[in-house]
Amino acid sequence: MIKMSVMIKVGMADLNVCEYPNSITTLGLGSCVGVALYDPVTKCGGLAHVMLPDSTAIRNNANIAKFADTGIVELVKRMEKKGASKIRMVAKIAGGAQMFAFSNSTDLVRVGERNVEACKKKLRELGIRIVAEDTGLNYGRTVEFYTETGMMTIKAVGKELKEI
Amino acid sequence: MAKINMDSMDSMQYDILKELGNIGAGNATTALAQMLNQKLDMKVPRVEMVGFDTLPSVICPEEELVVGIYLMLDEDVTGSMMFLMPERSAHNLVDQLMGRAMGSDEPFSEMDYSALQEVGNIITGSYLSALSSLTNLTIGASVPYVAIDMAAAILSVPAIEFGQLGDKALLIKTQFGDDVMIDGYFILIPALESYDKILSSLGL
Repeated sequence: MIKMSVMIKVGMADLNVCEYPNSITTLGLGSCVGVALYDPVTKCGGLAHVMLPDSTAIRNNANIAKFADTGIVELVKRMEKKGASKIRMVAKIAGGAQMFAFSNSTDLVRVGERNVEACKKKLRELGIRIVAEDTGLNYGRTVEFYTETGMMTIKAVGKELKEI
Repeated sequence: MAKINMDSMDSMQYDILKELGNIGAGNATTALAQMLNQKLDMKVPRVEMVGFDTLPSVICPEEELVVGIYLMLDEDVTGSMMFLMPERSAHNLVDQLMGRAMGSDEPFSEMDYSALQEVGNIITGSYLSALSSLTNLTIGASVPYVAIDMAAAILSVPAIEFGQLGDKALLIKTQFGDDVMIDGYFILIPALESYDKILSSLGL
Protein backbone atom coordinates (compact mmCIF):
# COMPACT_ATOMS: atom_id res chain seq x y z
CA MET A 1 0.00 0.00 0.00
CA ILE A 2 1.29 3.43 -0.86
CA LYS A 3 1.17 5.83 2.00
CA MET A 4 -0.02 9.20 0.75
CA SER A 5 1.74 12.18 2.14
CA VAL A 6 -0.19 15.30 3.07
CA MET A 7 0.84 18.89 3.51
CA ILE A 8 -0.14 20.24 6.92
CA LYS A 9 -0.91 23.94 7.01
CA VAL A 10 0.12 26.14 9.90
CA GLY A 11 -1.67 29.47 10.25
CA MET A 12 -0.51 32.72 11.73
CA ALA A 13 0.36 32.41 15.42
CA ASP A 14 -0.12 28.68 15.17
CA LEU A 15 2.05 25.58 15.38
CA ASN A 16 1.86 21.92 14.50
CA VAL A 17 3.89 18.73 14.33
CA CYS A 18 4.27 16.50 11.34
CA GLU A 19 5.55 12.96 10.87
CA TYR A 20 7.08 11.22 7.88
CA PRO A 21 5.99 11.15 5.03
CA ASN A 22 3.98 14.30 5.55
CA SER A 23 5.23 17.81 5.09
CA ILE A 24 4.26 21.04 6.76
CA THR A 25 3.87 24.58 5.46
CA THR A 26 3.04 28.13 6.42
CA LEU A 27 2.08 30.76 3.86
CA GLY A 28 3.25 34.32 3.52
CA LEU A 29 5.59 34.91 6.44
CA GLY A 30 6.21 38.63 6.68
CA SER A 31 7.68 39.96 9.87
CA CYS A 32 6.67 36.71 11.53
CA VAL A 33 9.21 33.90 11.82
CA GLY A 34 8.71 30.29 10.80
CA VAL A 35 10.64 27.96 13.11
CA ALA A 36 10.99 24.40 11.86
CA LEU A 37 12.36 21.73 14.20
CA TYR A 38 13.43 18.32 13.03
CA ASP A 39 14.50 15.04 14.55
CA PRO A 40 16.37 13.28 11.71
CA VAL A 41 16.15 9.84 13.40
CA THR A 42 12.39 9.65 13.88
CA LYS A 43 11.80 11.97 10.89
CA CYS A 44 9.46 13.99 13.04
CA GLY A 45 9.19 17.67 12.22
CA GLY A 46 7.35 20.65 13.58
CA LEU A 47 6.67 24.20 12.50
CA ALA A 48 5.74 27.29 14.49
CA HIS A 49 4.58 30.59 12.98
CA VAL A 50 5.83 33.06 15.58
CA MET A 51 4.39 36.60 15.59
CA LEU A 52 5.94 38.30 18.59
CA PRO A 53 9.20 37.90 20.50
CA ASP A 54 8.18 37.83 24.13
CA SER A 55 5.03 36.57 25.89
CA THR A 56 5.99 38.20 29.18
CA ALA A 57 5.94 41.68 27.61
CA ILE A 58 2.26 41.47 26.76
CA ARG A 59 -0.84 41.12 28.91
CA ASN A 60 -2.88 39.37 26.28
CA ASN A 61 -0.74 36.24 25.97
CA ALA A 62 -3.19 33.36 26.07
CA ASN A 63 -2.16 32.01 22.67
CA ILE A 64 1.23 30.43 23.39
CA ALA A 65 1.90 29.72 19.72
CA LYS A 66 2.05 33.44 19.05
CA PHE A 67 5.32 34.06 20.91
CA ALA A 68 8.87 32.96 20.30
CA ASP A 69 9.52 32.00 23.92
CA THR A 70 6.38 29.96 24.62
CA GLY A 71 5.76 28.76 21.06
CA ILE A 72 9.11 27.04 20.60
CA VAL A 73 8.89 25.34 24.01
CA GLU A 74 5.41 24.07 23.16
CA LEU A 75 6.57 22.81 19.76
CA VAL A 76 9.41 20.84 21.39
CA LYS A 77 6.94 19.37 23.88
CA ARG A 78 4.51 18.33 21.16
CA MET A 79 7.30 16.71 19.13
CA GLU A 80 8.58 14.83 22.16
CA LYS A 81 5.09 13.40 22.61
CA LYS A 82 5.45 12.00 19.09
CA GLY A 83 8.70 10.31 20.05
CA ALA A 84 11.19 12.94 18.93
CA SER A 85 14.21 13.66 21.11
CA LYS A 86 15.24 17.19 21.95
CA ILE A 87 18.94 16.25 21.91
CA ARG A 88 18.71 15.26 18.26
CA MET A 89 16.63 18.23 17.16
CA VAL A 90 17.93 20.80 14.71
CA ALA A 91 16.24 23.99 13.62
CA LYS A 92 15.74 25.96 10.42
CA ILE A 93 14.25 29.41 10.56
CA ALA A 94 12.84 31.79 7.93
CA GLY A 95 11.01 35.09 7.84
CA GLY A 96 11.44 38.13 10.06
CA ALA A 97 11.36 40.54 7.13
CA GLN A 98 10.76 44.25 7.34
CA MET A 99 7.87 44.65 4.95
CA PHE A 100 7.74 48.46 4.88
CA ALA A 101 10.72 50.75 4.52
CA PHE A 102 10.01 52.83 7.62
CA SER A 103 12.22 55.80 8.12
CA ASN A 104 12.29 55.83 11.92
CA SER A 105 13.26 52.84 14.02
CA THR A 106 10.78 52.25 16.80
CA ASP A 107 10.24 48.81 18.27
CA LEU A 108 7.39 48.04 15.92
CA VAL A 109 9.56 48.79 12.95
CA ARG A 110 12.18 46.33 14.07
CA VAL A 111 9.71 43.63 14.96
CA GLY A 112 10.91 41.19 12.29
CA GLU A 113 14.47 41.50 13.49
CA ARG A 114 13.40 41.18 17.11
CA ASN A 115 11.39 38.06 16.30
CA VAL A 116 14.45 36.45 14.73
CA GLU A 117 16.62 37.38 17.71
CA ALA A 118 14.07 36.00 20.16
CA CYS A 119 13.78 32.70 18.27
CA LYS A 120 17.55 32.29 18.19
CA LYS A 121 17.83 33.06 21.88
CA LYS A 122 15.16 30.51 22.82
CA LEU A 123 16.70 27.83 20.60
CA ARG A 124 20.10 28.48 22.16
CA GLU A 125 18.61 28.13 25.64
CA LEU A 126 17.08 24.81 24.67
CA GLY A 127 20.36 23.64 23.12
CA ILE A 128 18.87 23.29 19.65
CA ARG A 129 21.26 24.08 16.84
CA ILE A 130 20.18 26.27 13.93
CA VAL A 131 21.45 24.56 10.80
CA ALA A 132 20.06 27.01 8.26
CA GLU A 133 18.22 30.29 8.07
CA ASP A 134 16.76 32.69 5.55
CA THR A 135 15.73 35.76 7.48
CA GLY A 136 15.49 39.53 7.30
CA LEU A 137 15.35 41.65 4.12
CA ASN A 138 12.07 43.07 2.91
CA TYR A 139 9.94 40.40 1.27
CA GLY A 140 7.38 37.80 2.27
CA ARG A 141 8.15 34.08 2.28
CA THR A 142 6.16 30.87 2.04
CA VAL A 143 7.98 27.93 3.61
CA GLU A 144 7.50 24.21 3.18
CA PHE A 145 9.28 21.70 5.36
CA TYR A 146 9.80 18.08 4.32
CA THR A 147 10.18 15.37 6.95
CA GLU A 148 11.84 12.96 4.53
CA THR A 149 15.09 14.93 4.44
CA GLY A 150 14.56 17.90 6.74
CA MET A 151 14.71 20.21 3.75
CA MET A 152 12.99 23.57 3.83
CA THR A 153 11.92 25.38 0.67
CA ILE A 154 11.28 29.09 0.51
CA LYS A 155 9.04 30.75 -2.03
CA ALA A 156 9.01 34.51 -2.52
CA VAL A 157 7.41 36.79 -5.10
CA GLY A 158 9.63 37.27 -8.13
CA LYS A 159 12.39 35.06 -6.73
CA GLU A 160 13.53 31.57 -7.47
CA LEU A 161 12.58 28.75 -5.13
CA LYS A 162 15.24 28.43 -2.48
CA GLU A 163 16.19 25.28 -0.61
CA ILE A 164 17.87 25.40 2.75
CA MET B 1 -15.80 56.87 30.41
CA ALA B 2 -16.25 53.67 28.54
CA LYS B 3 -13.24 51.48 28.99
CA ILE B 4 -13.31 49.46 25.87
CA ASN B 5 -12.53 45.78 25.66
CA MET B 6 -11.83 44.70 22.12
CA ASP B 7 -12.92 41.16 22.73
CA SER B 8 -16.31 42.04 24.22
CA MET B 9 -17.44 45.29 22.74
CA ASP B 10 -21.05 46.25 23.31
CA SER B 11 -23.30 46.75 20.29
CA MET B 12 -23.47 50.52 20.73
CA GLN B 13 -19.69 50.89 20.62
CA TYR B 14 -19.54 48.51 17.69
CA ASP B 15 -22.19 50.44 15.75
CA ILE B 16 -20.39 53.70 16.29
CA LEU B 17 -17.09 52.32 15.07
CA LYS B 18 -18.86 50.83 12.07
CA GLU B 19 -20.50 54.14 11.27
CA LEU B 20 -17.18 55.95 11.55
CA GLY B 21 -15.78 53.40 9.14
CA ASN B 22 -18.62 54.04 6.70
CA ILE B 23 -18.21 57.79 6.76
CA GLY B 24 -14.45 57.59 6.45
CA ALA B 25 -14.57 55.26 3.49
CA GLY B 26 -17.19 57.46 1.81
CA ASN B 27 -14.99 60.48 2.21
CA ALA B 28 -12.02 58.63 0.81
CA THR B 29 -13.95 57.60 -2.29
CA THR B 30 -15.11 61.18 -2.87
CA ALA B 31 -11.54 62.40 -2.67
CA LEU B 32 -10.42 59.76 -5.11
CA ALA B 33 -13.20 60.67 -7.55
CA GLN B 34 -11.99 64.26 -7.47
CA MET B 35 -8.45 63.17 -8.11
CA LEU B 36 -9.52 61.02 -11.06
CA ASN B 37 -11.89 63.75 -12.15
CA GLN B 38 -14.71 61.34 -12.76
CA LYS B 39 -17.83 60.03 -11.12
CA LEU B 40 -17.26 56.98 -8.97
CA ASP B 41 -19.93 54.64 -7.76
CA MET B 42 -19.44 53.18 -4.38
CA LYS B 43 -20.93 50.17 -2.69
CA VAL B 44 -21.94 50.32 0.93
CA PRO B 45 -18.79 49.45 2.83
CA ARG B 46 -18.77 46.29 4.88
CA VAL B 47 -17.41 46.93 8.32
CA GLU B 48 -16.48 44.22 10.76
CA MET B 49 -14.23 43.39 13.63
CA VAL B 50 -11.97 40.52 12.69
CA GLY B 51 -9.53 38.39 14.58
CA PHE B 52 -5.95 38.65 13.40
CA ASP B 53 -5.73 34.95 12.65
CA THR B 54 -8.60 35.13 10.17
CA LEU B 55 -7.63 38.51 8.73
CA PRO B 56 -5.57 37.21 5.80
CA SER B 57 -8.24 34.73 4.76
CA VAL B 58 -11.06 37.29 5.02
CA ILE B 59 -9.37 39.50 2.47
CA CYS B 60 -7.90 37.09 -0.06
CA PRO B 61 -5.80 33.93 -0.31
CA GLU B 62 -2.58 34.22 1.71
CA GLU B 63 -0.25 34.13 -1.26
CA GLU B 64 -2.14 36.52 -3.51
CA LEU B 65 -0.29 39.69 -4.46
CA VAL B 66 -1.57 42.82 -2.79
CA VAL B 67 -0.52 46.43 -2.47
CA GLY B 68 -0.37 47.65 1.09
CA ILE B 69 -0.20 51.29 2.09
CA TYR B 70 0.65 51.73 5.71
CA LEU B 71 0.91 54.72 7.97
CA MET B 72 1.41 55.49 11.62
CA LEU B 73 -0.95 57.71 13.56
CA ASP B 74 -0.03 60.02 16.36
CA GLU B 75 -1.28 62.92 18.49
CA ASP B 76 -4.80 62.25 19.89
CA VAL B 77 -5.22 58.93 18.16
CA THR B 78 -2.18 56.69 18.16
CA GLY B 79 -1.78 53.43 16.31
CA SER B 80 -1.72 52.83 12.60
CA MET B 81 -3.86 52.27 9.58
CA MET B 82 -3.48 50.33 6.38
CA PHE B 83 -5.15 50.57 3.02
CA LEU B 84 -4.92 47.40 1.04
CA MET B 85 -5.78 46.58 -2.56
CA PRO B 86 -5.43 43.38 -4.55
CA GLU B 87 -2.71 43.86 -7.16
CA ARG B 88 -5.29 43.71 -9.96
CA SER B 89 -7.26 46.59 -8.46
CA ALA B 90 -4.12 48.61 -7.89
CA HIS B 91 -3.18 48.16 -11.55
CA ASN B 92 -6.60 49.38 -12.66
CA LEU B 93 -6.39 52.37 -10.40
CA VAL B 94 -2.94 53.36 -11.56
CA ASP B 95 -3.91 52.87 -15.20
CA GLN B 96 -6.86 55.18 -14.67
CA LEU B 97 -4.70 57.77 -12.96
CA MET B 98 -2.14 57.70 -15.73
CA GLY B 99 -4.82 57.81 -18.42
CA ARG B 100 -3.74 54.45 -19.83
CA ALA B 101 -5.91 51.67 -21.16
CA MET B 102 -6.79 49.34 -18.36
CA GLY B 103 -5.61 45.79 -18.15
CA SER B 104 -1.89 46.21 -18.50
CA ASP B 105 -0.01 43.49 -16.73
CA GLU B 106 3.32 45.23 -16.62
CA PRO B 107 5.06 45.39 -13.28
CA PHE B 108 4.67 48.68 -11.46
CA SER B 109 7.16 51.30 -12.60
CA GLU B 110 8.81 53.85 -10.35
CA MET B 111 6.19 56.32 -11.50
CA ASP B 112 3.32 53.93 -10.75
CA TYR B 113 4.79 53.36 -7.37
CA SER B 114 4.74 57.01 -6.45
CA ALA B 115 1.23 57.29 -7.88
CA LEU B 116 0.20 54.52 -5.50
CA GLN B 117 1.82 56.36 -2.65
CA GLU B 118 -0.11 59.48 -3.60
CA VAL B 119 -3.36 57.54 -3.84
CA GLY B 120 -2.60 56.15 -0.42
CA ASN B 121 -2.03 59.64 0.86
CA ILE B 122 -5.33 60.90 -0.45
CA ILE B 123 -7.44 57.92 0.52
CA THR B 124 -6.09 57.56 4.03
CA GLY B 125 -5.88 61.32 4.51
CA SER B 126 -9.52 61.89 3.68
CA TYR B 127 -10.52 58.92 5.78
CA LEU B 128 -8.66 60.32 8.75
CA SER B 129 -9.90 63.86 8.25
CA ALA B 130 -13.48 62.55 8.37
CA LEU B 131 -12.66 60.74 11.58
CA SER B 132 -10.96 63.80 12.95
CA SER B 133 -13.78 66.25 12.21
CA LEU B 134 -16.43 63.89 13.59
CA THR B 135 -14.60 63.39 16.83
CA ASN B 136 -12.87 66.75 17.16
CA LEU B 137 -9.63 64.92 17.78
CA THR B 138 -6.35 65.85 16.21
CA ILE B 139 -4.94 62.96 14.21
CA GLY B 140 -1.46 63.13 12.80
CA ALA B 141 -0.28 60.68 10.18
CA SER B 142 3.16 59.67 8.95
CA VAL B 143 4.00 59.52 5.27
CA PRO B 144 2.47 56.43 3.67
CA TYR B 145 4.73 53.44 3.11
CA VAL B 146 3.98 51.21 0.16
CA ALA B 147 4.78 47.54 -0.21
CA ILE B 148 3.73 44.93 -2.75
CA ASP B 149 3.92 41.32 -1.66
CA MET B 150 1.93 38.26 -0.58
CA ALA B 151 -1.21 39.21 1.32
CA ALA B 152 -0.29 37.30 4.46
CA ALA B 153 3.15 38.89 4.57
CA ILE B 154 1.77 42.42 4.20
CA LEU B 155 -0.94 41.72 6.76
CA SER B 156 1.57 40.37 9.25
CA VAL B 157 2.58 43.96 9.93
CA PRO B 158 -0.78 45.20 11.24
CA ALA B 159 -1.47 41.76 12.69
CA ILE B 160 1.65 42.01 14.80
CA GLU B 161 0.71 45.48 15.87
CA PHE B 162 -2.73 44.59 17.07
CA GLY B 163 -1.51 41.26 18.33
CA GLN B 164 0.07 43.38 21.01
CA LEU B 165 -3.16 45.24 21.73
CA GLY B 166 -5.94 42.73 21.42
CA ASP B 167 -6.86 40.11 18.92
CA LYS B 168 -9.20 42.11 16.75
CA ALA B 169 -9.02 44.98 14.28
CA LEU B 170 -11.60 47.07 12.50
CA LEU B 171 -11.76 45.99 8.86
CA ILE B 172 -13.65 48.05 6.31
CA LYS B 173 -14.18 46.65 2.86
CA THR B 174 -15.02 49.20 0.24
CA GLN B 175 -15.68 48.93 -3.48
CA PHE B 176 -15.69 51.82 -5.88
CA GLY B 177 -15.33 52.48 -9.57
CA ASP B 178 -17.41 53.03 -12.66
CA ASP B 179 -16.97 50.24 -15.18
CA VAL B 180 -14.41 48.30 -13.30
CA MET B 181 -14.91 48.05 -9.58
CA ILE B 182 -11.86 48.45 -7.45
CA ASP B 183 -11.67 46.60 -4.16
CA GLY B 184 -10.02 48.24 -1.23
CA TYR B 185 -9.73 47.48 2.46
CA PHE B 186 -9.11 49.82 5.33
CA ILE B 187 -7.67 48.32 8.46
CA LEU B 188 -7.73 50.64 11.40
CA ILE B 189 -5.60 49.78 14.38
CA PRO B 190 -5.82 52.47 17.02
CA ALA B 191 -4.17 51.86 20.34
CA LEU B 192 -6.67 50.74 22.95
CA GLU B 193 -6.78 54.08 24.72
CA SER B 194 -7.48 55.76 21.40
CA TYR B 195 -10.68 53.75 21.06
CA ASP B 196 -11.69 55.21 24.40
CA LYS B 197 -10.86 58.69 23.20
CA ILE B 198 -12.80 58.26 19.98
CA LEU B 199 -15.87 56.90 21.74
CA SER B 200 -15.84 59.40 24.58
CA SER B 201 -15.42 62.30 22.18
CA LEU B 202 -18.70 61.18 20.65
CA GLY B 203 -20.33 61.32 24.05
CA LEU B 204 -20.20 57.67 24.95
